[in-house]
Amino acid sequence: MATYTNPRPAYGETLVELGKVDQRIVALDADLCKSTMSVLFQDAFPDRYFEMGIAEANMMSTAAGLALGGKIAFASSFAVFATGRAYDQIRQSISIAKLNVKICGSSCGLSDYSDGATHQSIEDVAIMRAIPNMTVLTPLDATEVRLVVRAAAAIQGPVYMRVNRNPVLDLLDKDATFELGKYRIMREGGDVLLLAHGVMVEKSLAAAALLEKDGISAKVVSVTTMKPFNYQGALELALGMKGVVTAEEHTFMGGLAAAMAFALRRSSVPMDYVAVDDSFGQSAFKTEELQVAYGLTAENIAGKARNLVKETSQ
Amino acid sequence: MLNEEKLREICHLAARLRRDIILMVGVGQTGHIGGSCSSADIVAALYGYKMKHDPKNPKWDGRDRFLMSKAHSAIVQYAALAESGYFPASELLTLKKLGSILQGHPEYHRTPGIEATSGSLGQGLSISNGMALAMRLDKRSSRVFCILGDGELAEGQVWEAAMFAPAKKVDNLVAIVDNNGIQATGAVKDRMDSGPLPEKWRAFRWHVIEIDGNDVQAVVAALDEAETIKGQPTAIIAHTVKGKGISFAENKVAFHNGAMTQEQYDLALKETNAAIAKFAPAPTTKAN
Repeated sequence: MATYTNPRPAYGETLVELGKVDQRIVALDADLCKSTMSVLFQDAFPDRYFEMGIAEANMMSTAAGLALGGKIAFASSFAVFATGRAYDQIRQSISIAKLNVKICGSSCGLSDYSDGATHQSIEDVAIMRAIPNMTVLTPLDATEVRLVVRAAAAIQGPVYMRVNRNPVLDLLDKDATFELGKYRIMREGGDVLLLAHGVMVEKSLAAAALLEKDGISAKVVSVTTMKPFNYQGALELALGMKGVVTAEEHTFMGGLAAAMAFALRRSSVPMDYVAVDDSFGQSAFKTEELQVAYGLTAENIAGKARNLVKETSQ
Repeated sequence: MLNEEKLREICHLAARLRRDIILMVGVGQTGHIGGSCSSADIVAALYGYKMKHDPKNPKWDGRDRFLMSKAHSAIVQYAALAESGYFPASELLTLKKLGSILQGHPEYHRTPGIEATSGSLGQGLSISNGMALAMRLDKRSSRVFCILGDGELAEGQVWEAAMFAPAKKVDNLVAIVDNNGIQATGAVKDRMDSGPLPEKWRAFRWHVIEIDGNDVQAVVAALDEAETIKGQPTAIIAHTVKGKGISFAENKVAFHNGAMTQEQYDLALKETNAAIAKFAPAPTTKAN
């Protein structure tokens, strides 16, 4: 029986668990704590929570100061504001000095479907990947959000993590583990490789089921570590396949499609991608409507994979 | 409080900082002489009088922190660190050389005694707030001092930080505005109307002290007063002269980031050495 869980409480609950055993953990939010669920940390540890008001730039630099004072600072906001409004602070105050600031980009991708283009974040992974010293993590479900928050606390240096706004399919066992840079094989297959992160892992698994009906065997792999991207590992997954299709709820620039194309640059394995093309989002009543409008569907992934197999077999 | 000998000692340090600034910038290379010299008396009062710090143990956890938010003036801080003994003075002459510990703008991991990476204007007061909050969480009596430029106040983030500190009653923080009136391309007042500064900071609910920032005694008195203020942060509005102590650079836009000719360099060294001689320690009289 498929179950869906909202990953946002997983963020706040894991912060509280960490806060119980590590006094260095502090949290900051910019008036969105009830959405990002850092409010759970505020309730548990009011002295170690800083409500920063609607001032993301000040939040990030204050987090830098807390980290310089020996704290492990988790700063959360919507992904679009965390990475866009405060880009310079993340680069200058935090990343050059490799400080222990962990940035939670909540309501990532198109998941804030109703609020429109200003609140949707389709370039955050690219922006954060471009910054030296930054680790970028893209968990696929609530269980992996828990793992990633713990991993972020243990990593020395800045981390950016994406968290979806809506309930997502539970794909991992409760006892799953996380290892930086390690690919998660979600389904075995020998004809094509479907590589995805976040909500697009579920779509890739659905695409694999569609392909199976056509006699095409698809291997589905989830990518959680978008930086440092394991280029060699990605190449090894692709070698011997008739094609690779990447899928992400993100622009095709600077994200998974770009990283995989780089990994394959000296191989003969053909590749295609499913991602948001060079355009902004818009409002809708459901995320799924946006995913269809922007081509982020299982059918699209399967179609591109089918074409690659056909071309390779000719 | 300050006795005559201590006052002389801080003035002597300020003079040495100005001489070091000239040595670091040298001939024919641009350097931020103006804003570094306007801050020199404040920086000397911090490192030579007010701050708890240990140059032999730069990471001592009981130390106060100093952050140069207007980080283009870092060379005066580099000079203060060298004069205090954080690293040999010979390092000063490596400024901006490939691989040097002294970058064009300060970097946390590269230089002993540098407390944060700063350079993008407007972020230092926010970082200082975070440092001050961390000290409070750790129940330390340490304090944070942050120098801002008056041109830097055009950055909106400064005012985010200015609203935040009183809301959290951050009283272990002192912001010092080096109000020299000149920024890279001209007068501050013609670009952004940041005045009247004391009233602005007071309206943001800071305790405000207005001083002549090139008067060491006034700087010391303001730093002492700030320490007595509880429940709110303190802002010291320090009226200064850009390029102070270097005759041809005083109040000159060109020396915000200017290069000296050999003649100017020689003159600047003569002037700063004269100031060093003027405040040299008095000959010690034998006690018995």
